[in-house]
Amino acid sequence: MDVRDKVIAIIAEQAMLEPGDVTPGQSPADLGIDSLGLVESIFAIEEAFDISVPFNANAPEQGDFDISSVAAIADAVERLVQEQHASA
Amino acid sequence: MTGRMSGGARRVVITGAGTINSLGHDVASTLAAMREGRCGIGPLNLRDVERLSVQIGGQVRDYDEYAHFNRQQIALYDRFTQFTLLAARQAMAQSGISFTDEESEMSGVVLGTAGGGVNTWDENYRTVYEEGKNRVHPFVVPKLMNNAAASHVSMEYNLRGPSFTVATACSSSNHAMGLAFQMIRSGMCRAMLTGGSEAMLCFGGVKAWEGLRVMSKDACRPFSANRNGMVQGEGAAVFVFEEYENARARGAEILCEVAGFGMTADAADIVMPSAQGAERAMRGAMRDAGLTPEQVGYINAHGTGTAANDKSECASVAHVFGAAADRLMISSTKSMHGHLIGGTGAVELLACIMALRDGVIAPTIGYEEPDPECALDVVPNVAREARVEAVLSNAFAFGGLNAVLALRAA
Repeated sequence: MDVRDKVIAIIAEQAMLEPGDVTPGQSPADLGIDSLGLVESIFAIEEAFDISVPFNANAPEQGDFDISSVAAIADAVERLVQEQHASA
Repeated sequence: MTGRMSGGARRVVITGAGTINSLGHDVASTLAAMREGRCGIGPLNLRDVERLSVQIGGQVRDYDEYAHFNRQQIALYDRFTQFTLLAARQAMAQSGISFTDEESEMSGVVLGTAGGGVNTWDENYRTVYEEGKNRVHPFVVPKLMNNAAASHVSMEYNLRGPSFTVATACSSSNHAMGLAFQMIRSGMCRAMLTGGSEAMLCFGGVKAWEGLRVMSKDACRPFSANRNGMVQGEGAAVFVFEEYENARARGAEILCEVAGFGMTADAADIVMPSAQGAERAMRGAMRDAGLTPEQVGYINAHGTGTAANDKSECASVAHVFGAAADRLMISSTKSMHGHLIGGTGAVELLACIMALRDGVIAPTIGYEEPDPECALDVVPNVAREARVEAVLSNAFAFGGLNAVLALRAA
């Protein structure tokens, strides 16, 4: 499973959907994921990829981690994996 | 003032106050800091701080437990109990209250804490998990239990009436003080030591909070558009609540009157606040105290500095106060001492006493950008001189449990 598929699987699990039912353009809110659910998804992503995600629930739209859609989250995770594992 | 209201209810006054927190080790230094708008939040000094992503807090500094307690006491007193006892000693000294044998049976201790002996849990988990030891100190349980502080205060002053600990997260102290108030008002008790304490600034205590992603890494800026979360604090405040006639008869200095208490549950979400639940608690406290919105000059806000709380709290205040909101002052002293979680309402009551007794309104410091969703007079950055007749102190906890105290000038 590549990064993108794994991110979709994590988000789908949080939304209690099958990965096939999650489309890249959907936002977490579209999938019924609330702020607490989003925090839990980010924790799951950090654990799955052994990365640290810059995310503050007080200002989710700010910062470098784009959470506007499933595709944006997957892109951001791919970038963080590259950045944080390149140095290791 | 008359001592009895209709229905035989007694009036309740505060005759003693004590505290230790990041702004000072007593009430005078704490109020001086609030007047000056001084910040007690700074870099955390604790074991493994480099493994934390949040490294600031309102820590009690220059504190030497051996300056206050002996070896045997320290073996039994977690940091939250130590803070409580120091605050209780100051409050008792100021009040000058003493108890006959009979009176001590009608007086007790009700305190709030969310975590109790968190440092003791943390240290002993290290011992067994990290260091792999199979033995812990024999007093771990009596040291970490949430009611340890209340029990030690009851023992220190031989208070043998109703005594217990309330744990409602960030509302713990307000719930505790509200219950103490009700017990005196009803005639059940004569005097109560009440308030709360928290000492959660250890590796595990901060790490747990980091998980929620609601903590600021740089500052607590309540109501400011650029706020980015809460900052933890630690410490305690304890008060002597006493029946008014008794206080007057013995010539005690009355700091202010506790006039009403309102408590509600949102019954909605485990972390997101509800403006309706907060509103009902504020209205309940004012109704209980017989106050109109026009009479309330100041609110010590819950004001955590999170996006969610401050927006919701301001909406509920604007709705409850209507046109009277235009001349209402509201500030969050968490910007200075941090969020003491279960102890926070107790330390914040000091700002209410300062408003009512000294005519000084503590500011909200760190205020940088107006937020249209928090369009109230938040007393930005600089304390203000103003005479107020009555105040509210808000506490809105995780779990949707709200507790609001109403106080009047003596």
